[in-house]
Amino acid sequence: MSAWSIYACSGAAIIALSLYGVFACAPLLKRILAANLIGTGVFLILVALADRSAPAQPDPVPHALVLTGVVISVSATALALAIAIRLADRRSSDDEGGWP
Amino acid sequence: MTALDLVFDVVLATVMPVLVWRILASKDLASSVVLFVALGLVSALAWARLHAPDIALVEAAVGAGLTGALLMNALSWIGAEAGVTEPVSRATRVGVGILVTAVGVGLAVAVIHLTQPVGLAHEVDARLADAHVDYPVTAVLLSFRGYDTLLEIAVLVTAALGARLYAPGSVPGGDDPLSPHPRVLARVLTPIVVLVAGYLLWRGASAPGGAFQAAAVLAGGGILLVLARVLRPPRMSSIAVRAALVAGLAWFIAVAALPLATGAQLLEYPSASAKQLIISIEVALTLSISIVLLMFFPGEPAPGEAARHPEDRW
Repeated sequence: MSAWSIYACSGAAIIALSLYGVFACAPLLKRILAANLIGTGVFLILVALADRSAPAQPDPVPHALVLTGVVISVSATALALAIAIRLADRRSSDDEGGWP
Repeated sequence: MTALDLVFDVVLATVMPVLVWRILASKDLASSVVLFVALGLVSALAWARLHAPDIALVEAAVGAGLTGALLMNALSWIGAEAGVTEPVSRATRVGVGILVTAVGVGLAVAVIHLTQPVGLAHEVDARLADAHVDYPVTAVLLSFRGYDTLLEIAVLVTAALGARLYAPGSVPGGDDPLSPHPRVLARVLTPIVVLVAGYLLWRGASAPGGAFQAAAVLAGGGILLVLARVLRPPRMSSIAVRAALVAGLAWFIAVAALPLATGAQLLEYPSASAKQLIISIEVALTLSISIVLLMFFPGEPAPGEAARHPEDRW
């Protein structure tokens, strides 16, 4: 079994576990985390596939895709967190009866 | 591949899913976040093992550092107990468990049995001279697939605007409850951060590095300065912040559209000045991406206002 296939299997496992987290975890923050982690699994599979040519130079196209993906993934997570913060804020105002 | 390499790869590849499981199974949200940061660092190691130093750099700075800081910050606003959705019924959990197991196994089998010829490395190598940069990943990002990167910076700016719209954030209050250590640390680290970012940006044309890595490092340094109260969080009302936010996108669009006037294709750099144009785009992208990443960080709750559950803060 070559190195890339070990990491590809690890990526598949991460995707499965975090998909479960998205649907089955109760806290909102954990669901956001799980959605972010699906991305990590996808990146792992992509980069593993790029390294199939080892020991020759790896394929730069998946590398560029993942580089873009990592930054997009943090922006998606940040947007989700901002909405979650707003939601928590609104809920606690509701508890105090302060929401107009 | 030696036996030691194999053992290391197997251990690393096993640790990552186990960490994911611990993140999702942990009762305490704070420990989930800490484990998430640990996973980011472990996966940076995995990228390095898979010969992807660029991604290792970005992952360590963005995946572990910045996302970790964002999550901890969100946790301090939300509080550990808040934000709990409806509990999920046992039947749903079992059903979802069966489905995701099928997805995981199917995916692993499909990927391992891929027999297609290996990737696009040869095509990129053959065309590298046309790209005017020596490093293949940078060539793909800014030359061969410049369109993707152009759209990416558009997505980033939109996300930053959206995040600010939902959580405007508050400027930390006048009193300084922090110990002086973060301030000293920030002052010592800032020159180093700027130096490292500049180096990464400059190296991007010929070696691992580039706009994303440099911007991630700069944004990390910026967050440190904000936390140490040396710098105020960037405000959307400031003209300078707005200009920095759109600089990368605007300059990229200008460079992309200019060849159209001379009858060339969109994003077709004139070959005489291609390298200079690519470097100028990288500089503008570094500025914009670092401001975008910094804008995601809405600042700490102001004393007395947001910390409704002071016991939840940590």
